[in-house]
Amino acid sequence: MSTSQAIGSEKAIKVMSQSTQRNNAIYARRRLVNGFNMLAATLAMGFGLFWLFWILWTLLQHGLSGLSTDVFTQITPPPGSKGGLANAIAGSLQMTFFGILFGTPIGILAGVYLAEYGERGWLAPATRFINDILLSAPSIVIGLFVYEVYVVTIGHFSGWAGSMALALLVIPVVVRTTENMLRLVPNSLREAAIALGAPQWKVIMYVTLRAAKAGVITGILLAVARISGETAPLLFTALNNQFWSNMNQPMANLPIVIFQFAMSPYEDWHALAWAGALLITFSVLTLNILARWFASKNNSTH
Amino acid sequence: MTTNAIKLQVKNLNFYYGKFHALKNINLDIPAGQVTAFIGPSGCGKSTLLRTFNRMFELYPGMSAEGEIILDSQNLLAKSVDVNMLRAKVGMVFQKPTPFPMSIYDNITFGVKLYESLSKAEMDDRVEWALRKAALWNEVKDKLKQSGNSLSGGQQQRLCIARAVATRPEVLLLDEPTSALDPISTGHIEELIHELKQDYTIAIVTHNMQQAARVSDYTAYMYLGELMEFGETDGIFTAPKRKETEDYITGKFG
Repeated sequence: MSTSQAIGSEKAIKVMSQSTQRNNAIYARRRLVNGFNMLAATLAMGFGLFWLFWILWTLLQHGLSGLSTDVFTQITPPPGSKGGLANAIAGSLQMTFFGILFGTPIGILAGVYLAEYGERGWLAPATRFINDILLSAPSIVIGLFVYEVYVVTIGHFSGWAGSMALALLVIPVVVRTTENMLRLVPNSLREAAIALGAPQWKVIMYVTLRAAKAGVITGILLAVARISGETAPLLFTALNNQFWSNMNQPMANLPIVIFQFAMSPYEDWHALAWAGALLITFSVLTLNILARWFASKNNSTH
Repeated sequence: MTTNAIKLQVKNLNFYYGKFHALKNINLDIPAGQVTAFIGPSGCGKSTLLRTFNRMFELYPGMSAEGEIILDSQNLLAKSVDVNMLRAKVGMVFQKPTPFPMSIYDNITFGVKLYESLSKAEMDDRVEWALRKAALWNEVKDKLKQSGNSLSGGQQQRLCIARAVATRPEVLLLDEPTSALDPISTGHIEELIHELKQDYTIAIVTHNMQQAARVSDYTAYMYLGELMEFGETDGIFTAPKRKETEDYITGKFG
């Protein structure tokens, strides 16, 4: 009994060690492939990050030296004299604000239509298709469009024209994120609200949009990030202004001032251009971090 | 008592998903103030039948119902019936808990505000009443302002029942209300069904035979879109008239 057991277990050990050897060979190969892939992926990531950090580093190096309180208090100077970017910062903030103010409601409403009402018929697929085109349209085309229909009609460049161009860039971004976020809301939630006898608009206002709120806000923040660095659409609409201006006049803004100052031969202007570039980059960075924070808050509630 | 009064009368009901004939000539009287359970294998049409009682199927294209479902001497499938008013009268609780993304208090008031305008005090009373009905009041009375999502799964489901009860419907439809819950929460909800049938007519879809036997007064066995057998639960479970019913409830089939 005990001997046969011993023989049996010896056999088992032999079979096991054979299969262990075979497994070891397989695992060694898998470890090798895994190691190679990890290395390749890490190198690729390092390659990407290298340029990103180089850009940020250069920006910090040049931008920080140009940064001073004057940048926020003085208006853009003529060549050779001291000044800042106050009017350009204010112009950018104003036009971004109005761009978001006009673009967001339209974008959210259209996104709601696509996600909640567009189940049947041809209108929603057509709108979605056009929105996708608008989303990937070169921004200079948007600038030219506003130039043609608005700037030419009223006869001069203006802050309002700039806001219009930015709003047109905001709309497709907000439409897309609103629709996607609403589609993530489980249908069971909609059904539960409808089963209480709620009309559709109340279901949307109080239940689905609220469930998608964090995602929609993320979309708006990303839209702000997108438009705050846009140069091309402003070139044909707001243009630039050396002085303070209201929304009815041509208006200074950071991207175009950076463009103008960086292309100039003057050292002072170069320093201001770097400072402006630093300001925009870090605002966009902050917005992206905020957007991520909102998005992660959204995930934790579902 | 009103044991013999009929709350919902289903007459020659046929239902189609596109071309698929999902419910075949259903005839059924659901008694008032009783619990009626619908059992049968997956895909037999029991949930579909439940969803015709509040016309939920109309949300999706390609679905159609023919025949009549009489609620209070009115065919609720008629176009003239306002579907939102119907749903206020026929409440529904779903398989998965679906608290709205708002506070516990607002979850309850959402449905109430649709059809009644109550003062703050009246609304507070209604919320307490509904939460007590759903046996949830003691657990949440100190955190009514907290999000409904912060509750456990079983509590969320009881919140959904409270929400459905708060609008004071006449009929309560429960679509597998405990299939996502643990045995203790299931026990809570089954006790609740017993309590609630004093005021409401309840129709429950369940995959759990013991549950049907425990909670219901009447049982309907469905198979492949047909109503195979309908009668008092005791009769169905102790002496089914049809072989198919017996096979299903004894676990030989399904």
